[in-house]
Amino acid sequence: MTALAVNRLCKSFEGLRVTANVNLSVEPGERRLIIGPNGAGKTTLFNLITGELAPDSGTIGLFDRDITRVPSHRRPHLGMARTYQIITLFAPDTILRNVTLALLGLAPLRWNPFIDIDREHDLIESARAALARVGLDHIAHRPLSETSYGERRRVEIAMALAQKPKVLLLDEPFAGLSIDERRDVQQLLQAIPREVTIVMIEHNMDVALDFAERITLLHFGEVIVEGTRAEVVADPRTREVYLGH
Amino acid sequence: MSRLRHAAIAVALLLLATLPVWVGNPYYINVASQILLFAVFALALNVLVGYGGLVSLGHAGLFAIAGYAAALMLQAGHGHFAADLAAIVVTLAASAVFAVLALRSTGIGFLMITLALGQIIWGIAYRWASLTNGDNGVNVTTRPAPFGISLANAHSFYFATLIAFLLAVATMAVFVRSPFGASLRGTRDQARRMNALGYNVWLIRFLAILFSGFWTGVSGILFIYYNQFISPQVSALTASAEVLLMVISGGTATLLGPIAGAAIVVIMKNVVSAYIERWNLVLGVVFVIIISFMPEGLVPGTVRLWRWGWQALQARLNGTAVRPVGERSP
Repeated sequence: MTALAVNRLCKSFEGLRVTANVNLSVEPGERRLIIGPNGAGKTTLFNLITGELAPDSGTIGLFDRDITRVPSHRRPHLGMARTYQIITLFAPDTILRNVTLALLGLAPLRWNPFIDIDREHDLIESARAALARVGLDHIAHRPLSETSYGERRRVEIAMALAQKPKVLLLDEPFAGLSIDERRDVQQLLQAIPREVTIVMIEHNMDVALDFAERITLLHFGEVIVEGTRAEVVADPRTREVYLGH
Repeated sequence: MSRLRHAAIAVALLLLATLPVWVGNPYYINVASQILLFAVFALALNVLVGYGGLVSLGHAGLFAIAGYAAALMLQAGHGHFAADLAAIVVTLAASAVFAVLALRSTGIGFLMITLALGQIIWGIAYRWASLTNGDNGVNVTTRPAPFGISLANAHSFYFATLIAFLLAVATMAVFVRSPFGASLRGTRDQARRMNALGYNVWLIRFLAILFSGFWTGVSGILFIYYNQFISPQVSALTASAEVLLMVISGGTATLLGPIAGAAIVVIMKNVVSAYIERWNLVLGVVFVIIISFMPEGLVPGTVRLWRWGWQALQARLNGTAVRPVGERSP
């Protein structure tokens, strides 16, 4: 069984091939790193996997189920969660409310127009527990607009983890972080149990290489190299297109 | 704060319930009824504008559909209950059509489609004379008498409108605190993220439009009973703009804002117009003043200025400098 199976996936924007015949097979519990220069089509690949974009051809499988035609808003219900490269959160609300919305997204309760959300103690408690996991419990009631960039990154991850995903897609979780913040996020990701399969896009090689077991190198929408960390780093094509020497 | 709020609600309820006693003059009681029924309309629009981030410029069309449906049913000899029920059903169906067409887009696109749909309703009301009696409008000869209480006089009609108004406010108050209300606000702030979290953004917006359509229908029915006449003017673009102005000037995404906005517009129309012929000009000046000094609307703006004044007073008493508004204490 594969956790995530991308098969001959293609996507073009007005003739420009952004995803060209991509195959990807991620085992359950695996930590997969996707690297590639700017414009290699990494985020587009994520958007295709989550369904925010529709592929021109090819299929996407989640635990041996074909989800190519499943609407994007149904995919989180099947165990897929993502974070965004550009932080996408609810600025007017508190940190706690942000995480509560993540939990509510998978609960039938979200359609209920009659009850007071602040009195749903189970929901609030789960949200607090998710915040405790990323070490933000102490500022749960702070408005998001008053938090630091590093804290927002952790809120993003807390929201994804709160949904208890089977496959977690992380789009540059270290982008824009200081060295200290990077270490915090790194510890956070290392603590995620093996039931969760993780696919991560990252530019920051020193933190990302430690994390990954297998690496896929994308270039102009194509998979150029794929293999274990050692294989990919040693491959001359990696040096050519990515490391630049 | 909570105790203060409860006290304020109790005082407001007492004032509203005793209004006919201390106002006395039936003319002003009628003005109060008008404020309340337009407040229901503005609250309904606020669901979309304030909480959904969907600015509709065609809501007078839905308001008019409810009014025409009830008026035509009554003219055809049906009872009040059947007429009102039919009006609500027709308005909900029209809201669903509005939603399916307008939700192909958000922002300016949504606004333009609702504007066009509103104009179509206006065109039908104006030109399909065999159905709507065209420019001559439709008369509503009787008001209903629920539980044997005739609503023919100003007093009883005021109380009936007040009950509908309080129900609308209570529904909205529950709605905005509910999980569904939180979902709707989420789609306003980050639609893409909501989708990625598992929310069906389209369906949430669709249901919000139906909810808004329901209360728009209720206010439309109240309007034809109040006015006892409906004409194409009710569905005109200016009517859609007027209710939007009520929401924006009072304060979007607040409960009190649309009510305050409705009060301003109705008072300008009825009271100021008795003294100044060009009352529209006065209304315009009032809006410009509100938007200049309180761009967030009258109700949130007043709260902000009140806090600022209070802080300034305290600072003067303590002999310290005033912090700019909005800055937090260290």
